[in-house]
Amino acid sequence: MAALVRLETRLSRLREEYFLKNRSVDEDRKIVYKAAVKIQSWFRGCRVRAYLRYLNKMAISIQKWWRGYQSRRYFRKMIKTAYFIMKMNFYNEMAVRIQKRWRGYYVRKYTHNYYALKKYLEAISLNNEIVRNELQEYAEMNEKKKKKKDLEKKEKEKKYKARKMHYLLSTEQIAGIYNSPFRKFPDPMELLLRQSKPLSHRQQQPKSPFTYDLYDWPTCKRPPAFPTGEPLPPIGRQKPQGPFRDAAEVLRQRYKPLEPTLRVAASISSPLEKAREEMKREEWRKCIHDNEFLPFSSYHKNEKYELSIHASEKIGKETYGIKHFREVQPNKWIAGKNSCIS
Amino acid sequence: MSQRQVLQVFEQYQRARTHFVQAVAELSARPQNIGTLRDAGVISLLRPLLLDVVPTIQQTAALALGRLAYFNDDLAEAVVKEDILPQLVCSLSEQNRFYKKAAAFVLRAVGKHSPQLAQAIVECGALEALVICLEDFDPGVKEGAAWALGYIARHNSELSQAVVDAGAVPLLVLCIQEPEIALKRIAASTLSDISKHSPELAQTVVDAGAIAYLAQMILNPDAKLKCQVLSALSQIAKHSVDLAELVVEAEIFPVVLTCMKDSDEYVKKNGATLIREIAKHSPELSQFIVNAGGVAAVIDCIGSCKGTVRLPGIMMLGYVAAHSENLSMAVIVSKGIPPLCTCLLEEHEDHIKAAAAWALGQIGRHTPEHARAVAETNVLGTLLSMYMDIRSSEDLQLKAKRALKNILQKCTYLPALEPLLHDAPPNIMKHIVGQFSKVLPHDSKARRLFVTSGGLKKVQEIKAEPGSLLQEYINTINNCYPEEVVRYYSPGYSEMLLERVENYQPVL
Repeated sequence: MAALVRLETRLSRLREEYFLKNRSVDEDRKIVYKAAVKIQSWFRGCRVRAYLRYLNKMAISIQKWWRGYQSRRYFRKMIKTAYFIMKMNFYNEMAVRIQKRWRGYYVRKYTHNYYALKKYLEAISLNNEIVRNELQEYAEMNEKKKKKKDLEKKEKEKKYKARKMHYLLSTEQIAGIYNSPFRKFPDPMELLLRQSKPLSHRQQQPKSPFTYDLYDWPTCKRPPAFPTGEPLPPIGRQKPQGPFRDAAEVLRQRYKPLEPTLRVAASISSPLEKAREEMKREEWRKCIHDNEFLPFSSYHKNEKYELSIHASEKIGKETYGIKHFREVQPNKWIAGKNSCIS
Repeated sequence: MSQRQVLQVFEQYQRARTHFVQAVAELSARPQNIGTLRDAGVISLLRPLLLDVVPTIQQTAALALGRLAYFNDDLAEAVVKEDILPQLVCSLSEQNRFYKKAAAFVLRAVGKHSPQLAQAIVECGALEALVICLEDFDPGVKEGAAWALGYIARHNSELSQAVVDAGAVPLLVLCIQEPEIALKRIAASTLSDISKHSPELAQTVVDAGAIAYLAQMILNPDAKLKCQVLSALSQIAKHSVDLAELVVEAEIFPVVLTCMKDSDEYVKKNGATLIREIAKHSPELSQFIVNAGGVAAVIDCIGSCKGTVRLPGIMMLGYVAAHSENLSMAVIVSKGIPPLCTCLLEEHEDHIKAAAAWALGQIGRHTPEHARAVAETNVLGTLLSMYMDIRSSEDLQLKAKRALKNILQKCTYLPALEPLLHDAPPNIMKHIVGQFSKVLPHDSKARRLFVTSGGLKKVQEIKAEPGSLLQEYINTINNCYPEEVVRYYSPGYSEMLLERVENYQPVL
């Protein structure tokens, strides 16, 4: 029993003790629990971190290898392009060298050919010389022509004057003004007067139309085809007395060249004739019918009907050629029927 | 009164009229009487005589009117105002050839003075009548009609177009083929007047086939005819390349070159004009002319003439040289530069000198070779003096300056450049100094010559703004020489030396 009382007294404390023990255990348990949770969480954390680190490392490793691979590829490509560019530069340079040489050659030979230019300029100077010479000759020729014309004109004038002043010729008794006795030899005018024929009062013959100066034929390049001058008369001719025609005219007429007509001049069997005959024969051969071309179909309807000879004459046989042979016209007779005159 | 007496009165009157009209015609042949005649009212008196019954009085009255109108444009206007023209135009178609000639002469005399009078003639319908006259048999009538048409067409392109529209051109081409020289002359001159105004008119003339006949007539010995023919061809060729090529295709070369040796001055001038108008269009045409020896002929022509006759030849050389450097070298090789230099020196007219300066500039501007050829003749000094001369016209100064600039920019011939150093104004100076600065760094002999001739001294004396092109050139030149030499020649060196002498402490 004592134990029970002790137990009972302890009992009242038991609940407290129990409660206190529980509380302390509870508190310990909380602390222990918290500690256990901490430890566990730390450990889990470590584990996860280790795992993550592992994953990280693996990922890095993969990426590392992959990046290395890519860069090497890229590097290889870069090298290829660099090599290619180097090659192209080299080729370009060589091509430039070739083109440089070629262009220089081409330009020097064809475009700005120095020697050709030199030759051309020499040719130009030669040509210029030739042209200058020719022009000089032409100018000189013109000058000479002009001078000649002037001289001839002067001569003509002088001669005409001499002919007009023929009366100034000196005679046996009286010395003319150009033949003064104190001179050693007569004046040239005197000689001219002696040579010239005195100018008569007869009208000058009209100028022959054939003696035009070539300058007056600006459109004609050649003079006319018939003889322009008169034929020369025979030497030592005595002019016959009487109303004869001028000998030159007669000779001209006598020796006039033959001017045959075209028909005479063309030969009998000229190729032209033969060709024409040939053509006619062809036509005759090819001709299918003799109807002329009728433009409209009703063309022949307006044709006048032509009578035949028998129908157009009077009825009966023709008497001419059988009954009588002469043509008579009685209304023209002067005398009667039986007269000879008709 | 008997019949005879009545008739006598009429005879007297007719005699009086004839006498009056003949006297007026003779008086009007002398220019000094024209004023008195005009004051006496001669036009209104002559007008009814144009309608006279007697043909001789009509013709003489028309002749007198023509002579009066020819000398004086007041009288020509009076002729127009008094309505004489319609009467003349009517009678042009009806009357005989003497009257036609006189009427055509009156129309020509009125039409020559001014475009308004010519317009009045066109408005009264004279062109058709004149064109009908061109078909007449008598060459004198054709000549009168062609001359009148020529004077009308001369003034401006509308009147020319009116003449062409009246159908004159084919008839004129027919007139050219006629044998009479005077008619050919007038027809050629009329064609020249028609085609000078515009390319379309020239094309009309070409379409009528005129070029072939004109080209044949160059061979004719008559000088005045050649003048007109060459003038006609040059008026046709001047408008465009195609027309010029058509003219060339008519095979005028080398015949035209003989015209350059003709004794008549105006034939030479017109021949040179024709060649110039052809050469100015394109390098191919110029090349063709050079190959035919045209340059030599023109150069000889320039050498032998004096005065305005030379001008087309000078311009032709300029045009040829302007096209390309090969052609310019061809001109130089044909000895073209000496005549141009003589032209510059001898001529008095400014426009000829300007043309010669321009031509020299065109020759020398291509390459250093060309510039050297021009500079060797010592013409640069003349050009410079012409540019500096205040009496030269503006045109001459401008052309001389341009020519000088063009030549200097390519000139490397130093002996010719040195004399210019002394006189040139600043804008020319920079070109000269520039050329020196290009040549001196490479040529030691030239450097020596430059110093001994006093050029370096002159260069030092030039004042230039720092930083300008001129200063750069001067610096380049100074860098070609050692320091002492440059200092020796710089201005004020002797003073500087003397100052140094003054400030020197003698070493005892």
